[in-house]
Amino acid sequence: MEENRPIKIKVDDLVLIFGKNKENALKMLKEGATKKEILSKAQCTVGVNRANFEIYEGEFFVIMGLSGSGKSTLLRCLNRLIEPTAGDVYVNGENITRKNHKELLDVRRTEMSMVFQKFGLLPHRTIVENVAFGLELRGEDKQSREKKALEAIETVGLQGFERQNPAQLSGGMQQRVGLARALTNDPEVLLMDEAFSALDPLIKTEMQDELLGLQSKLRKTVVFVTHDLDEAIKLGDRIVIMKDGIIEQIGTAEEILTNPATPYIEAFVKKVDRKTIITAGSLMHEKPTVVRFGKDGPEGTLRKMRATGLDVLPVVDDQQGFLGFVWVNDALQCAKAEEKNVQRIILTEVPAVTTEVTVEEMLPLISATRSPIAVIDKESRKLLGIVSQNAVVIEATRFNEQDITKLKENANNS
Amino acid sequence: MEKTIDIGQYVAVAVKWLMNNLRPLFDFIKSTGNAGIESIEWVLVGVPFYITIALFTAAAWKYAGSRVAVFTLFGLALIYLMGFWEETMQTLALIISSTIIALIMAVPLGIWSAKNQTAQRIIRPLLDLMQTMPAFVYLIPAVLFFSIGKLPGAFATIIFAMPPAVRLTALGIQQVPADILEAARSLGATQKQILFKVELPLALKTILTGVNQTILLSLSMVVIAGMIAAGGLGEKVLEGINNLDIGLGFESGLSVVILAIVLDRITQAFGNKISK
Repeated sequence: MEENRPIKIKVDDLVLIFGKNKENALKMLKEGATKKEILSKAQCTVGVNRANFEIYEGEFFVIMGLSGSGKSTLLRCLNRLIEPTAGDVYVNGENITRKNHKELLDVRRTEMSMVFQKFGLLPHRTIVENVAFGLELRGEDKQSREKKALEAIETVGLQGFERQNPAQLSGGMQQRVGLARALTNDPEVLLMDEAFSALDPLIKTEMQDELLGLQSKLRKTVVFVTHDLDEAIKLGDRIVIMKDGIIEQIGTAEEILTNPATPYIEAFVKKVDRKTIITAGSLMHEKPTVVRFGKDGPEGTLRKMRATGLDVLPVVDDQQGFLGFVWVNDALQCAKAEEKNVQRIILTEVPAVTTEVTVEEMLPLISATRSPIAVIDKESRKLLGIVSQNAVVIEATRFNEQDITKLKENANNS
Repeated sequence: MEKTIDIGQYVAVAVKWLMNNLRPLFDFIKSTGNAGIESIEWVLVGVPFYITIALFTAAAWKYAGSRVAVFTLFGLALIYLMGFWEETMQTLALIISSTIIALIMAVPLGIWSAKNQTAQRIIRPLLDLMQTMPAFVYLIPAVLFFSIGKLPGAFATIIFAMPPAVRLTALGIQQVPADILEAARSLGATQKQILFKVELPLALKTILTGVNQTILLSLSMVVIAGMIAAGGLGEKVLEGINNLDIGLGFESGLSVVILAIVLDRITQAFGNKISK
């Protein structure tokens, strides 16, 4: 479709094999053996299996796959943090894989920078020294590198933190430092390895938006690795989906969503909008134990808490209408003071939603409080159930172990 | 039971061969080494005691706080008043020179064994041997190579005190997180830049723990080295043993303890402070 745009990176028949007997494994691979056969016969693991693609200049290119799919390995072959076993990588038409060590260092110092999942910041240096690290390695003098570092720090919105140490910053801010460090070198290509995966969901969304904002200004060529299809769709101009080292499909988000090339991708795509589909109604714990206002006093409340093992319970009136939550420590105090009812300790300023509210909409509700979310009927305000904070978080982050295994099974069986 | 395997004789032959063939080398080491130790000693003994005490107290104050500073002041003053000042300074000179030489060898060895599997496989059992062999055994080759005096004392001390510095340097470097190393490589760092700008700074705290250990082990060894006329407090302790003079033994032993505590607290606090 966009064939007329200049090609920035070209990956040609790239193979990466882990293990000792690489030649043998490579031969088997060329004869068409599968990853399993090679593992059993040559005791080698195929990390990347004959990858071919082109990345255009200024493109936001996403490599997506689950863990073990070879996506991070493939990314590291682009700047040769991992040496490819066979095949070529061209950047600006120059063959990276043929370059000697010194030329390779030059490429890393000027043409490509990388951002890591675990940030990789130097704990003994301040933010500005971390950001200037790439320039320091290049041998630039202190004044000019500090000037450029301060510019990059401003670009990522970290003014005021220049002289702090990484440990004093939150995860999201540390990753901004990682991004600033990569930008200071003014590279043409940004490699990002699960850059936002270690961040909590809200910060992650914020960082994605900012990265898109930055990208519209800077127009770098970005290669972004993620295991999160939502992220891939949100960020990527084009997406590559990998499984077991093989590229399953390359295309725009639209193409992949409407026309998945393999059953594996289809299984993935089905889950893509779950966060906006799953509602409070389907997530709630129905018929929860409740404190009946007017009937249960503090002692009764404590007994119910002991019986259920919960330290917070919803309070309802005699019509089952939702009043609020009581916490165990308040109930204890109340009981000690020998109060008759729990009126004084009901927390009424708590999140309450109707059944059709989605996980995405519930997320902001839990960030400000420890409280679970009450699900109530729209008309009568009757309590229908409770959604725990955990349930929301699990649903929002969604790709838990079980899901992934199930997905893989589905894909392999079909 | 009858002795059927005689490893000792091969060691003896090897040592003898070394003595016969490398005599000029040993003589050279002995004369330069002695000159080094003696010049440090000359400075330490020559400086008035109150200046030395003031410097130690100031260092303790700066790095380890007021309590250690007070202990340093009174402890060192006690040593002076007991009349062991010169011996203590001789011992200190021996510790300083042994530690410096031990570190010059230990840090590169540690770096090497952290980065090279083969080196690690050779170095580790050697370190085990050096640490577990009874310290007195080192006195024998030391005397054979260098006869008696300060340099053989330092020689035995270095062998005994070096292993923890090697081990902790290697440990410190191996503990540098892989993601930080990868980030440095991705920015185009050379091996040398990674070593000096990433690995050594991050390993500094662990390495300094090794330095502290080396100093303390040197101190325990210089007393043993007193047996081969290395001078200092060790000789006083021995004198106490030989004459069954409990007073002399206690006082000189107490001086060793005070010196040990002062050196330990100051180096430890120094390590914590600069690698924070």
